[in-house]
Amino acid sequence: MPKAAIVADKLNKWFGVGEARTYAVKEVSFEANWGEMLYIVGPSGSGKTTLLSMISGILRPNSGSVAIDGRDLWSQSDDEIADFRLNTIGFVFQDYHLFPRLTTAENVAIPLILQKRNWGDALSTAAQCLKIVDLADKAQLPPTKLSGGEQQRVAIARAIVHQPAILVFDEPTASLDGDTGRKIVSFVKAEILTSKRCIILVTHDSRIFEYSDRIMEMEDGRITGFQQGQTV
Amino acid sequence: MKQILILAYKLLVNDKGKYFALLVGTTFSVFLIVQMTSSFAGILTKASATVINIGANIWVMDPAATNSVLSNVPMPDYVLDAVRSINGVKYAVPLYSGTALVKLHDGTYQAVSVIGLDDSSLVGRPKLLEGDIDDIFAENGFIVVKDEEFPKLENPKIGTEFELNDYRGVIVGIATVPTGGLYGTPTLYTTYYRAITYIPSMRFTISYVLVQPKADSDIPYIKQQVARLGYLALTNHEYQDAISSYLEYKTSIGTNTLLMTIISFLVGLSICGQTFYTFIIENLEHFGALKAMGAKGRELVYVILFQAGFTALVGYGLGVGLSTLLITAAKLRLPEYTSRLTYTNLSLAFLMVLIIASISGYAGVRRVLKIEPFEIFRG
Ligand SMILES: Nc1ncnc2c1ncn2[C@@H]1O[C@H](COP(=O)(O)OP(=O)(O)O)[C@@H](O)[C@H]1O
Ligand SMILES: [Mg+2]
Repeated sequence: MPKAAIVADKLNKWFGVGEARTYAVKEVSFEANWGEMLYIVGPSGSGKTTLLSMISGILRPNSGSVAIDGRDLWSQSDDEIADFRLNTIGFVFQDYHLFPRLTTAENVAIPLILQKRNWGDALSTAAQCLKIVDLADKAQLPPTKLSGGEQQRVAIARAIVHQPAILVFDEPTASLDGDTGRKIVSFVKAEILTSKRCIILVTHDSRIFEYSDRIMEMEDGRITGFQQGQTV
Repeated sequence: MKQILILAYKLLVNDKGKYFALLVGTTFSVFLIVQMTSSFAGILTKASATVINIGANIWVMDPAATNSVLSNVPMPDYVLDAVRSINGVKYAVPLYSGTALVKLHDGTYQAVSVIGLDDSSLVGRPKLLEGDIDDIFAENGFIVVKDEEFPKLENPKIGTEFELNDYRGVIVGIATVPTGGLYGTPTLYTTYYRAITYIPSMRFTISYVLVQPKADSDIPYIKQQVARLGYLALTNHEYQDAISSYLEYKTSIGTNTLLMTIISFLVGLSICGQTFYTFIIENLEHFGALKAMGAKGRELVYVILFQAGFTALVGYGLGVGLSTLLITAAKLRLPEYTSRLTYTNLSLAFLMVLIIASISGYAGVRRVLKIEPFEIFRG
């Protein structure tokens, strides 16, 4: 049996101490598979971002474990975890976090730069990724000159430029209009998701539910159920 | 490493406003520091002008006379004989250094420095532009130094006659010396004998005994023997250092220069420190994003140190360039302008700019290491 892409086991994360301790994520266990586009949905404050951070090597859980492709994540050293984020994960942040002082192509190249590839190669790979997201003509502009949907596509290009196995999207359509949001997610499903990839997408935008393979519902830090994507 | 430094460079230089402010801050501060210390260095050199121009190896003087050439304390004649008899002394000659008044054509007086050279050897003689050094022995013969102060004597020529302390004098030569003096007085050279005859003095007349040792290895012994006589022997460099340290530590010139240098440093530090810190704060979310994407803490430290160091180096270059330009321009226009770029000044400014960069960088590094990528992730 092939190993699952992600196995989360009894993850707990709390904030505050003593009386003030509140659980952001409580006893969460789930699996995500290669080739799958898994949504995490739930009301605001239900712990989606916190969970996403724990499975992508950003936030250390208080207890529980995460295994990526069979390898335990949080028992590794800080440097190994940084390398894991660099090589295995592609991030699309909620508010993009593009660098306004760099060109669009340079922005896309950043993961390759952090991987210590040389600038020339990094920029030409970045240019190819921009072609995939249909922004080849904007490569030399600063991202501030682009529309919201275009910036989102730049962020996606940056997330895939280094060929990561796992992509995490946090509310990718939150600041886009319905049409643009749907277009982008359908593009991700059709072009970015492969049988060797796993995509975790946090959202509460029901307009894009149709592109999911599976939906995991959360409330108050707990999983409340799973749904098959297209059936919602 | 190189890749991320290019990124650091782009993030810094592309933020034109901040980068400009940082450069202005460092350049300005380096400029002030270099300017301040160079003019002080110029003053120091000029204060030692006589020592430099005469050039003798060893200067024997009264121990109370180390502050400046102006404040020499005359020594009795037996000192000269005693020094001559010290083992290792090749020769020793007297030097007179003092001031006199020259009466100008319009009846006003001009103070002059008078240097009296040993009659038999003329040790310490200046280089002549016009005239013959032997004419210094002619009746009333004086050699005038053509420096910035020369016009104060109404630009004398060979043959020009004048009155010096009510004695007649005549210019027999025009000389040049390596370093102009600090005190704004023209300089006349004559013989030792004529100098002490024309210029009223105390019972003792020798300002300095100039000594040429047989070998450098004789210097310690000579110094020791001179000390036994109750006098002080300093090498040329030691004497210059003594004059410098007097100005540095015992006069308001030194204290003020030091204070102004510290102020320039603090101004530079506050401008750069603050601008750089603001730059880091404004880019904090980007540093956080880099960290989230897998940049290691130490790589971010390199980025910040590189940005601080790069700014410091460019600012240093601009500051030194600006200073050089200004000093050169000022010297062309103002003959009296006293300023000297020395390696010590340049190193001092470099050290200060490095401190500025380190403090600014340190503040930035502390801030950046504290960012939690999770905070960036949550938005
Ligand atoms: N750094 C923190 N300190 C305190 N509470 C936090 C912190 N981060 C998240 N939380 C809390 O954890 C809960 C889950 O947050 P989050 O994962 O951001 O929710 P979601 O992404 O589903 O909107 C919220 O109640 C939030 O207030
Ligand atoms: Mg969230």
